Amino acid sequence: MHGGNGVISVSQLTKVFGQTLAVDRISFDVAEGQIVGFLGPNGAGKSTTLRMLTCYLPPTSGTATVGGFDIFHQSQAVRQKVGYLPESCPLYTEMKVEEYLDFRGQLRGLDREQRKQRIGYVLDRCWLTNVRRRMIGHLSKGYRQRVGLADSLLHNPPVLILDEPTIGLDPTQIRETRKLIKELGGKHTVILSTHILPEVEAVCDRAIVIAGGRIVAQGTPDELRASRRMQARVLVECKAPAEELQMALQRVSGVREVEVMPDGSGDKHYVVAALRAKDGYDVREEAARTVIQHGWPLREVRLEHATLEEFFVQVTANQAMATVEGGAA
Amino acid sequence: MTKAPIIARRELSSYFYSPIAYVAMTLFLLATGFLFWSDFQPGQIAAMRSLFEWMVWLLVFVIPVLCMGLMAQEWATGTVETLMTAPLSETDVILGKFLGSFAFFMVLLLPTLVYVALLGMYSRPGFDYGPIFSGYVGIILVGALFIAIGLFCSSLTKSQVVAAVAAAAILFVVTIVPKWASEKATLPRFWRGVADQLVFRRYADFSRGVLDTGHLVFFIAATAVFLFLSVKVLESRRWK
Repeated sequence: MHGGNGVISVSQLTKVFGQTLAVDRISFDVAEGQIVGFLGPNGAGKSTTLRMLTCYLPPTSGTATVGGFDIFHQSQAVRQKVGYLPESCPLYTEMKVEEYLDFRGQLRGLDREQRKQRIGYVLDRCWLTNVRRRMIGHLSKGYRQRVGLADSLLHNPPVLILDEPTIGLDPTQIRETRKLIKELGGKHTVILSTHILPEVEAVCDRAIVIAGGRIVAQGTPDELRASRRMQARVLVECKAPAEELQMALQRVSGVREVEVMPDGSGDKHYVVAALRAKDGYDVREEAARTVIQHGWPLREVRLEHATLEEFFVQVTANQAMATVEGGAA
Repeated sequence: MTKAPIIARRELSSYFYSPIAYVAMTLFLLATGFLFWSDFQPGQIAAMRSLFEWMVWLLVFVIPVLCMGLMAQEWATGTVETLMTAPLSETDVILGKFLGSFAFFMVLLLPTLVYVALLGMYSRPGFDYGPIFSGYVGIILVGALFIAIGLFCSSLTKSQVVAAVAAAAILFVVTIVPKWASEKATLPRFWRGVADQLVFRRYADFSRGVLDTGHLVFFIAATAVFLFLSVKVLESRRWK
């Protein structure tokens, strides 16, 4: 029995490989029609979790249900409900696109009529119609990724599990693929994994941040964006005495802290001030004005977002604090 | 319902895209053709016994090449993940791969029926079809066992080369080594007994025209054992 009643319901799922703890007691629910992003650095346990949900690997302990079926005891039923795009999108390169989809359709138990209709649909949906008779091995990475996506959609599964669906694509293809996934939400329940933060912000209704095999944060993209903005810095590059600059910028309204560093280019006269703003403030205009008013030559004012690493560090730290506070309360 | 035939059909058609299969096929037919031609002379006995015995030698090297990619390629490219997340069982996959290769093997044997037709046309007086029939039964059973061994080796590794070498080594030990051994008069009785249990001696009976139930059971059971082991290897990814 599980607490949740989502289409996907995961409870205390754990996977151990030998001595390595890959996934550590994770639990979450996904409601019908939601698009959930699985966000985390490489090696965080994203793929392992998805492989357990698709019945490729059995969990060491814990349970999960997909579409109401248990991933361990009702594996064949789960596989019927799930469309899966594995990481790196493996395909039979010697087959033609249409031939491959027909083979996959047969494995899924679709009859001739259904296959004809569904293959036509997915070819159209994934922009593959003009390469339908090409050999998969002759296609570019972007097209192969679409073949994998088409395969996962073939049997019109209620649940789609996509492992890094946009990796290796060029910017146009990334945009198209994200658009497609967004359109699929609502009709399908989607879990996708990624290590690209903006991807989650662009596509997902909800993000689950996973690091070191554990869920370290969950939330809507807006919540993630807010916590990421906390980490953003404004960099001001100008020719000024370090201490005076520090004091002047400290007085700008909304500035939380200022750090002045030597300029990286090796020019001794220039310095870079890194400003952190209070929540909800954009200090760029004020900072620029302050520098100009003092008559210091200004080279650049730039907003620098937190890298994913910094973001994860922060998120993990917040999590630890929350746990401590929760324990004290 | 089993989905093995779907896998088998894909496997068979993929052979016709692969250069290695064509090379193996060409070599096999060239070699059997040459052997047949050297026997097919005026004054010789109208039989294919020596041809059948040579065929086993050829299969020791041809079948590992035909089977090396069956599972190794799935492991190497990761396509096994797409297979094992579709609604089908490990047994479906192994059985399908086996049947696909077996069907290709039958395609390989098909042209050798020309030799039978030639014997029928030119031998005077007519000749005995019995040993030829039993010879074919024998070669088909040996082929099935060799394919099962090749498939088993292929399921153990990502490397097609390793799979082929391992399979050829096993086939060599169960087929050619016992033949050499049994020709040695000094061989201890125990080892002679072991050698007689292995593939070559059993197969020799078939090419002689003997259809022995014991041999039939041996080949079918041994094939089943290797298929079973292959299924277990494929399942073993779940035990880690």
